[in-house]
Amino acid sequence: MSFFDYFKSKKKNTANVAKERLQIIVAHERGMRDQPDYLPQLQQELIAVIRKYVQIDDDMVQVELDRNDDCSVLELNVTLPEHQQ
Amino acid sequence: MAKIIVVTSGKGGVGKTTTSASISTGLARRGFKTVVIDFDVGLRNLDLIMNCERRVVYDFVNVIQGEASLNQALIKDKRVETLYILPASQTREKEALTQEGVEKVLNELAETFDYIVCDSPAGIEHGAQMALYYADEAIVVTNPEVSSVRDSDRILGILQSKSRRSEMGLDPVKEHLLLTRYNPDRVDRGEMLSVGDVEEILAIPLLGVIPESQIVLNASNQGLPVILEDDSDAGQAYEDAVGRLLGEEREHRFLTAAKKGFFSRMFKG
Ligand SMILES: Nc1ncnc2c1ncn2[C@@H]1O[C@H](COP(=O)(O)OP(=O)(O)OP(=O)(O)O)[C@@H](O)[C@H]1O
Ligand SMILES: [Mg+2]
Repeated sequence: MSFFDYFKSKKKNTANVAKERLQIIVAHERGMRDQPDYLPQLQQELIAVIRKYVQIDDDMVQVELDRNDDCSVLELNVTLPEHQQ
Repeated sequence: MAKIIVVTSGKGGVGKTTTSASISTGLARRGFKTVVIDFDVGLRNLDLIMNCERRVVYDFVNVIQGEASLNQALIKDKRVETLYILPASQTREKEALTQEGVEKVLNELAETFDYIVCDSPAGIEHGAQMALYYADEAIVVTNPEVSSVRDSDRILGILQSKSRRSEMGLDPVKEHLLLTRYNPDRVDRGEMLSVGDVEEILAIPLLGVIPESQIVLNASNQGLPVILEDDSDAGQAYEDAVGRLLGEEREHRFLTAAKKGFFSRMFKG
C-alpha cells in the first residue's frame, strides 16, 4: 500500500458498497423475473396453511422454482421459530 | 433493410434524449438516411435538443391516427442532410401509441430509411414498451449510480421477454451498454461505480462511456446535438460510440482522471 493509498483507505469506499448491494438485488430480481406468476399466491397460501400449526412470519417461507432443461424443482424453505411449545 | 434502434433506460433523466440526438446525428453524418422518433408522448423534448421546436406542425400521433401523412410530420434537419425528426405529440395520452399504429409507421419508415432511432420515455410502462417493442438493437443508457443500474437491468428483462423479437422467437434484441455522466475523478476516489463495475453487473457489451461534461448543457441550450461539438470530450465519446455501433474497433477514451499535481493528490486523496 502506498503512502497515498493509506490516507485514501481511511475514507469509506462507497462505490464498493454500491457494487455489492447491486450484485445482490440484481441477482434476486433476475431470479424473480423467470418465476411463474402463481408463485406469490402459492407462497401466501402455504404461509396460511403452516400458520394453522406454527406461528411464523411472512418472510419465513421462501418459494422458488429452479427450471432446468429436463425438469423443474420447486424449492420450499420454511424457517421455524426457535422455541415451540 | 432499416435497422430499428431503441434508446432506453428505465430510470428518467439519465441521458436518453441527449443520446438519441447524438447517435442519430452521428449516423446521418456518415450518410445513412436516419430518422429519430420521440416516443415521449406528452413530454416532447427531442425537438428542443434538435433545434426544431418551432417547425413542429404534425406529430407521431397525428400520423398514427391518420390525421397527417408521414411526409407532413417528418421534419428535415437543417444541419445534416440525411437526418429527419418525428416529434412526439404534446397533447395526447401515452395510450395513443397503439402497437398496430406504431408498427404501421415503422413499416412505412423502413421503406426509405437506413436507421430508425427511437427515443424512449422513462419508466417501464406502455410508452417505454412501445418504444422498444420493434427494436433490433437497444442502447441501454445508464448512469454509474445504484438506481440507474438496477432500472437498466429491469429494462433488459423487458427487452428479453416483451419485445417483438422475444415474443416471436427471433434472434434477441442486440443490447449495448452506454454509460453516461461518468466522472473518472469520483471513480478514483471510490465514490462512483467504475465502468468495470457496471459492466460486471449488467453483463452486456459496452458501447461507450460518455463523460460528465458541461458541454452537454451548453449544447442543449442551443439545440445542438453534442456530437456536433467535435472538439469536446462528450462529443468525441459519442462519435466513438457511433463507430462501435457500426462495428468499428475504437479504443475507449476519457476513462481516467486528468493527472493531478502532488499537493492536490495529497490533500484531496
Ligand atoms: N454526459 C453528460 N454530462 C452532463 N450532463 C448530461 C450528460 N448527459 C445528459 N446530461 C444532462 O442530463 C439531463 C437529462 O438528460 P436527457 O434529457 O437526455 O435525459 P432523458 O433520459 O432523456 O430524460 P427523460 O427520462 O426525462 O426523458 C439534461 O439536463 C442533460 O443536459
Ligand atoms: Mg428524454
